[in-house]
Amino acid sequence: MKLPRQLADIGLTLGSVLLAILVTTLILIAVGAPPGEAYRNLLAGALESPVKLADVMTAWVPLSLASAGLLITFAAGLWNIGIEGQIVMGAVAATWAVRLFDLPSLLYIPVVLLAGMAGGLAWAVLAGVLKTHGNVHEIFGGLGLNFIAAAFTNYLIFGPWRPASRATMSGTAPFPSTVWLPNLGGLRVSPLALLAALIGMIAVYVALRGTSWGLKLKAVGKNSRASQLIGIDTTRQMLTSFAICGALAGLGGAIQTIGVYHRLIPQISGGYGYLAILVVLLAGMRTVWVPPIAFFFAAVGVGSPRLELRMQLDSSLGGVLQGTIVLFVLLAYGLRVRLAERKSER
Amino acid sequence: MQIELRNIHKHFGPVRANDGISLRVQSGTIHGLLGENGAGKSTLMKILSGYLSLDSGQILVKGRPVSIQSPAQGIRHGIGMLHQDPLDFPAMRVLDNFLLGRGSRLRQHRARAKTELLQLADRFGFPMDPEEMLSTLSIGERQQLEILRLISLGAETLILDEPTTGISTPQKVQLFATLHRLAAEGRSVIFVSHKLEDAEELCHRVTVLRHGRVSGEIEAPFQSAQLVRLMFGQDLPPSERATIPTGQPVLQLDHVTLPGPRFSIPNISMTIRAGEVIGLAGIEGSGQRLFLHACVGLVRPSSGQILLDGQDMVGQSYHHLLKSGMAFLPANRLEEGLVEGLTLAEHCILTDRENMPFFVRWSEAREKARQKISEYNIQGTPDSPIESLSGGNQQRALLSLLPSHLRLLALEHPTRGLDVESARWVWDMLQQRRRQGTAIVFTSADLDEIRERSERIYVFSGGNLSGPVDATETSTTELGMMIGGKAYEIA
Amino acid sequence: MNNELLRTLATVVAVSAPLVYAGIGETLTEKAGVINLSLDGSILLSAMGAFATAYLTGSLFWGFVVAALIGAAVAALIAFASISLRQDQVAVGFVLTLLCADLSSFLGNPFVHKPGPAIPNMPIPILKDLPIVGPILFSQDLVVYGSFLLILLSWLWTFKTQPGLRLQGIGERPEAAFARGTNVNRLRFFYTVLGGALVGIAGAAYSLDIKLGWSHNHTAGNGWIALAIVIFGGWHPLRVAFGAYLFGGLKALGSVMQRVAPGVPTQIFQAAPFALMIVALLLVSGNVLDRLLAYLPRRTRQRVTSLVRSSPPAALGKPFVEE
Ligand SMILES: Nc1ncnc2c1ncn2[C@@H]1O[C@H](COP(=O)(O)OP(=O)(O)O)[C@@H](O)[C@H]1O
Ligand SMILES: [Mg+2]
Repeated sequence: MKLPRQLADIGLTLGSVLLAILVTTLILIAVGAPPGEAYRNLLAGALESPVKLADVMTAWVPLSLASAGLLITFAAGLWNIGIEGQIVMGAVAATWAVRLFDLPSLLYIPVVLLAGMAGGLAWAVLAGVLKTHGNVHEIFGGLGLNFIAAAFTNYLIFGPWRPASRATMSGTAPFPSTVWLPNLGGLRVSPLALLAALIGMIAVYVALRGTSWGLKLKAVGKNSRASQLIGIDTTRQMLTSFAICGALAGLGGAIQTIGVYHRLIPQISGGYGYLAILVVLLAGMRTVWVPPIAFFFAAVGVGSPRLELRMQLDSSLGGVLQGTIVLFVLLAYGLRVRLAERKSER
Repeated sequence: MQIELRNIHKHFGPVRANDGISLRVQSGTIHGLLGENGAGKSTLMKILSGYLSLDSGQILVKGRPVSIQSPAQGIRHGIGMLHQDPLDFPAMRVLDNFLLGRGSRLRQHRARAKTELLQLADRFGFPMDPEEMLSTLSIGERQQLEILRLISLGAETLILDEPTTGISTPQKVQLFATLHRLAAEGRSVIFVSHKLEDAEELCHRVTVLRHGRVSGEIEAPFQSAQLVRLMFGQDLPPSERATIPTGQPVLQLDHVTLPGPRFSIPNISMTIRAGEVIGLAGIEGSGQRLFLHACVGLVRPSSGQILLDGQDMVGQSYHHLLKSGMAFLPANRLEEGLVEGLTLAEHCILTDRENMPFFVRWSEAREKARQKISEYNIQGTPDSPIESLSGGNQQRALLSLLPSHLRLLALEHPTRGLDVESARWVWDMLQQRRRQGTAIVFTSADLDEIRERSERIYVFSGGNLSGPVDATETSTTELGMMIGGKAYEIA
Repeated sequence: MNNELLRTLATVVAVSAPLVYAGIGETLTEKAGVINLSLDGSILLSAMGAFATAYLTGSLFWGFVVAALIGAAVAALIAFASISLRQDQVAVGFVLTLLCADLSSFLGNPFVHKPGPAIPNMPIPILKDLPIVGPILFSQDLVVYGSFLLILLSWLWTFKTQPGLRLQGIGERPEAAFARGTNVNRLRFFYTVLGGALVGIAGAAYSLDIKLGWSHNHTAGNGWIALAIVIFGGWHPLRVAFGAYLFGGLKALGSVMQRVAPGVPTQIFQAAPFALMIVALLLVSGNVLDRLLAYLPRRTRQRVTSLVRSSPPAALGKPFVEE
């Protein structure tokens, strides 16, 4: 009973992916670009060399961390669109800690990572409090906070934190190398970052599967009124889920600063938060599906700039592909449920 | 207008709501459709009015077979239905409600509609202010508006589904007079009810449904015993009253004022003792729910004291009071009581507040669920999603999830939607609780249930509380009068 | 009144026009009970479509038509997913937000920073010479006049016509509307697509009139503000329009401030609309307002509350299933 259904699910997903690729192909044909070459470039740009693969893993880290956090907020029935800003504020807080302290690496890195988590957490809790105490829907609260976080980052980069030489779009002055995350044999990817993402995923899996806290969270997500009457403190559940999501996102932001760019740049998140929402939707909120989907999305993201270099196409084609896939999968699932209903009605 | 239904079938999944029903209604008569809850009355009438589609069967209007696929077609054939809970728009004005659904012209013709509404209201003696918001009207007034609306749309056959459930006695008298008048004008009226006395008082002819089939059809005058047999299959044995000694006061309300959205209920003083059962009567929305909420700390009184075992509890959170042995069982089981999508075992974990380890022990939880299933005779498994249980089993599950020791249990419509068997079982369970010293407060729309099950009765009427009345000495009529607003003379 | 103030007010009226189109379009959609969350993306895509069409054909008219079609198509997708497939409206809307934004970047790449046609100004004879209102309201262009007309028509339609009653009904209590002979889901589909077309026109109003031309993320952020304005405006066309002008006005105030006080960091003005959005939502939906109003005398309080507060259509976001 269970296995055929999972197979059907996989078949449906694959079908939707093929359909999405077909649509993207049509778009490519419409703008007069050779589709085969475009896909080849996309693939090669992501996977042709260890350097590229390491780049994909580097992108996978913040994407997985954000997705892990979103699994928690989605379980509580919350649309934490503010996650983009939470990543940004994690990066800002990490940068602040970098500037504030000067410690030996062994201490410096953990302190900065913790600061990043705290920054993301605070920004998430702000969105949470706006919802629980101010009745502002988390989509709008979170979105507003995203734009504010972006403006704040710009202000810091062009104001108090500008490099001594002159303020530019390329960000603050580089951090001291004592706070850089160690990386693997000259590649961009840092094993520490990979480890952090892995631990984050596992922790979320365990929390949702095996703890009473996770069960309470699910109850709140499915029916917050009944949960309240059963005796669950729904406000606290929502706020803690925001907090955990924000901390994971903030960790991702901190890793972007000390592990990838070694400075704070505008657009430090570059849309990983929004992309993570797509990842989790595509995974149907199932934890085990998140890492591979995040990998695929990261690969598309890393591969698509080459379209710009080699074919003068805009790199947003990657986003088009990702979005179309998620859209078709959602539609396909809806269609399946409706067909099953039709059948049972008869 | 003559209506005939032939061999109507309708099922919802495995439930055969209508299992081959045939029925003929003559014009100019009031035809009763009687049956206990779940007999299939509403389903049949929704089919006739076009709100539901039928699986098989035939509808004949004036002797000609017709197809009624939508409410719009129903109205075109002159069939209008007043639904069990009025299908209207509380957030809109009375006149908007009257206008909505009248044709698809562009212009509203408000002035003309207003005159028509007022004339109709005048003809039937209904007070009606077209510009008022519907949400400020009582259920009875909303029914009156619906009746006027259907008549103005040209309904020749009027279906009323359980119209006497939520209205006051004077409104009921007026309703019956109106229905007689409509029948006298040559319209047919189908009056749906599960109450014998209403049918006996009003109808010319009664069809009784049982388990989705017609169990009998009788002309007036009716014999109650015969109707009861047709409805329930046997004579109802008189239920005996359990005598359980009452103990110390559990909950004391001292000059409490409760703030409601529409009215506040002033100056409530009441003592509830261990082992006692208090029934709360009144039209729905008269403040009973507010009162229950206040008892368990979900609503904070604007003045006065509520003492739990002698200690002031005002301002303490609901969750704190849960820990002190209070509990509240809401009427909307799937909206407020249980979490749709979670299993029975998961509910066991969530409700066991004393023993909730951080890491869930699944086998333990399943074992506990299995125990409850056998103890409370629930049809289901530990892993069945809670919404897959039937209404009666959901109520059993809710009761099974209550902590073993309770000081006070507040219940909202504890037997609503349950079959007779389950309802009796629920009350057996509650009697056991009483013997352990739990005080019980409950609301019900069924005055007989209130009279039979409680010791003292309080009546809510439009934001006022009257009583207590001794349950052994009062009658349904007296309670009905109090509900209808004659409270002050008695209190 | 001095000339500069009049000019500023005229600008406010003009720059608010796209928000009026989008806000009222979304209001109609939500009044019917459907949420079209994709506004930020569909405005971008239709702005791009409008510009590209006008650039290639030289026809402003076709630019607007294409934009409306794009907005309607995106909305139709949402309607199909939520009404026919009963999928989560928010999920589908959000995915479309991102997808449309990326699509606009990809397809719009060749048109970035190209000079294109613009809607000409068209002062209305006689009316334009009226004191005060003449220069503010009647020395504009067709797009702006259209926004005035839309405000009036949408209000009349919703509250003064028979179909408008049905519109309110299907958003408030679809099962009751159904019992009165309304084909709920067909009407919902219609209003979702109609609202989407208006959102599309908002996009064209940006790229062909208010914020001329096309660049990556040309209008980003405005869709979200339009969505917030619908809540702020309590799902009432007139109040939604008022909200749009309020935001337009505050934006104008920002640019004035930037001139008057050059020391203030420019980022404040980038963030201000969104901070404002949050504050506005706090005011209309939170209990902050209740606390403030508690100081007013009872009568005044009730009147102010009913003016500022309002609740969403009761069935907003909930699918309707015929039994
Ligand atoms: N929409 C529905 N879906 C599933 N079951 C239903 C639905 N409506 C009614 N039923 C079931 O059909 C049976 C008859 O219901 P109903 O016609 O409402 O009875 P009555 O009006 O006589 O109380 C009940 O068992 C009820 O649970
Ligand atoms: Mg019924």
